[in-house]
Amino acid sequence: MAEPLLQLRGITKQFPGVLALDGVDFALTTGEVHALVGENGAGKSTLIKIISGVHQPDAGRIDYLGAPATFPTPRAAADRGIAVIYQEVALFPDLSVLENLYVGAYLRPLRTTGRRVDWARMRARAQEVVASLGVELDLGAPVHRLSAAQQQLVEIARALLRDARVIIMDEPTGPLAQPDVERLFSLIRQLRSRGVGIVYISHRLEEIFAVADRVTVLRDGRRIITAPVAHTSRDALIHDMVGRTLDALYPKTAVNAGTPVLEVDALGKDAALADVSFVLRRGEIVGLAGLVGSGRTTLAHALFGIDPPERGRVRLDGIDARVSHPGQARELGIAYIPEERQRQGLVLPFSVGENLSLAILRRLSRLGFVDHAREAAVARDFVRRLDIRTPGINVPAAALSGGNQQKVVVGKWLAAQPRVLIMDEPTRGVDVGAKAEIHRLMSELAGRGLGILLISSELPELLGMSDRILVMHRGRITGELRRDEATQEKIMTLATGAA
Amino acid sequence: MMMKWGRELTILAALALLAGYLSLTQPNFRDAFTLSTILTNAAYVGVVGIGMTMVIVAGQIDISVGSMLAVCALIAGTLARAGAPMFLVVLASLALGLGMGALNGALIAYLRIPSIIVTLATLTALRGAIVWWTKGYWVMPLPPGWKFLGTTHILGLPLPVWIGWTAVLAAAYVLAHTIIGREVYALGSNPQAARLAGIDTARVTFWVFALSGLLVGLATMLHVTRFSMVQTQEGLGLEFLVITAVVVGGTNIFGGSGTVAGTYLGVLLLTVTSSALTFLGISATWDQAIRGAFILVAVTADIVRTGRWRQPVGWAR
Repeated sequence: MAEPLLQLRGITKQFPGVLALDGVDFALTTGEVHALVGENGAGKSTLIKIISGVHQPDAGRIDYLGAPATFPTPRAAADRGIAVIYQEVALFPDLSVLENLYVGAYLRPLRTTGRRVDWARMRARAQEVVASLGVELDLGAPVHRLSAAQQQLVEIARALLRDARVIIMDEPTGPLAQPDVERLFSLIRQLRSRGVGIVYISHRLEEIFAVADRVTVLRDGRRIITAPVAHTSRDALIHDMVGRTLDALYPKTAVNAGTPVLEVDALGKDAALADVSFVLRRGEIVGLAGLVGSGRTTLAHALFGIDPPERGRVRLDGIDARVSHPGQARELGIAYIPEERQRQGLVLPFSVGENLSLAILRRLSRLGFVDHAREAAVARDFVRRLDIRTPGINVPAAALSGGNQQKVVVGKWLAAQPRVLIMDEPTRGVDVGAKAEIHRLMSELAGRGLGILLISSELPELLGMSDRILVMHRGRITGELRRDEATQEKIMTLATGAA
Repeated sequence: MMMKWGRELTILAALALLAGYLSLTQPNFRDAFTLSTILTNAAYVGVVGIGMTMVIVAGQIDISVGSMLAVCALIAGTLARAGAPMFLVVLASLALGLGMGALNGALIAYLRIPSIIVTLATLTALRGAIVWWTKGYWVMPLPPGWKFLGTTHILGLPLPVWIGWTAVLAAAYVLAHTIIGREVYALGSNPQAARLAGIDTARVTFWVFALSGLLVGLATMLHVTRFSMVQTQEGLGLEFLVITAVVVGGTNIFGGSGTVAGTYLGVLLLTVTSSALTFLGISATWDQAIRGAFILVAVTADIVRTGRWRQPVGWAR
């Protein structure tokens, strides 16, 4: 191993009511990719916030570049070469790539005289860095026109422009489709060969085996283990993360698909959706695979009436249905669990109970007046049935963990007693334990005759949970794979249009 | 409970202090006439405030209320002078308010024009129309029946006060216990999630503005039937007073939270303050400065309470 770049010893951090970190050790050497895993609330975020100067540790010491160091502010950490690439891209959509690369000071060494900005030198320097990464990036383009992958590239280039020695990546593959993930990995390997130390955080364990050298597992604010990835396994990691073995990671039960509940015939919307046809049967989980932008979410939005289709036909239990508004979809028995839980799924200031009843207010009311007793009864019922961990139904949804918030969204729609359930990335950003619970719930619902359309970018999830997988590419379905014949390779071949 | 009704209790305490001080030092403040004037003024502003609270909770704004009030007042006065019976005059004012509110609502909900722009346009256009139509003349004299509504007393208080209280109580109940009330809060908190839960967000937005207009029509009748003429500058600047009361009353200007009770107490506080200035012999020009101070105090209190000042600038909510 090379020399230690960053060394944390006995880091402890107390927040009101929570011991977020309890004597955690963590070391990063030059040219190392060190993965950090753990369930939500395990302390990963707190640890990276301490490394990057957002929080100060209550106890413990940090050595950086061989000397004791403190990072009183994010700026201080950044100035010393510690860059963070957050889950949600932190760029300015209306500024150009070049402006984004230099935004937030760091201009000083490039200023010629006084406060004047030397654009020519900045551009030259940026081109150098981008070229050294072996990628192409239009420096003049406004960032909102870039893809998610390109935006991430901008963040990486920005870190390098600041001579980052440590780059922390928090769930970097979240917004990426598979080929972009591959590209990101080769970029990470390139950074590693330059001697940059990378802290890599991800819920997707297979990525850790693909890209990391060592892995540290945190659980309840403590370090459970640090090991070279070659000496551990997926099951061992999961065991360390949850403190128990998840016997069945994908508890898919075999079902006999019933009669068609949803029939989609030549559904179209300009170029985004090109004559999509498929059938979903009762009790079936149909996976919808595809890269970001392949039309999966567009299809879901068309079916749920968010962006009604222009052409084609939808039939529910054999009866023609026109859906031009989500309210109509709800009445017809279609439910949609949206991709972005906090922005689209929940009213965060509303209580757990008010969120659970939001889609069925009409059923819980008489003459327009909400029957609060019935509302509370329904809410308590779902909290129990879905095992939503909350201090009570009157607690704001904002106070719950990601996994439990997702269960609230699922509960809200189950309350509406749908026939068809569309789930868009239902386990994104949800910790391993809650993920398994959501998967178990899906199996149970399908077993009771619900038709489920599962959109996911996580191939193991699709393979593990679906009876059939439809693959989309450029607005059309390019193939259909049965459960027993589907593999990651076959899906990717169809998703990239290579078939 | 203390936290939930904190703003209302704070205003109540401020009101009690102010009224108590005035009662002790200014014997005239205690007489029935002062009380009745304050409550009558608060009644019509409060009724407009109900609509404004709903609009702001829904995440919108309506700055056309003053101009709408003037239009309702002038048409009502003109109808009364033409010999229309008073119940018809009242109906006309309500219908007119509803119509203008519906126009605002349709432009905002269905053409997706920002509410600040739409209501700025109606504020300006309606005020212009009034000047063009009346050429600046007041509508007078009004028939004897005109002042029936404004001057009838029940249990020693004018009818408008009772109507105002009824409206406030009814609205508070509706917002807290009906589907539409819940939908208004959901829409203001997170419009995307509201729509994805199947709420017809355009319809809710439309009705919130239509209702605001209807309430202006009602407020007009509570207000102008106390006087024997209708002036062209009726309702000028009313939007500022009402929005101030709503914000002072604890409604989040970004939408999603707020109560009608808070707004009504905010209206009372502003009304009593204006009246206090008269009693204390302070120039009325201070009224505006004090209203401004109330907004700053209310908003600062909110931000300190929620810890929002710790967040960087631009981190709204």
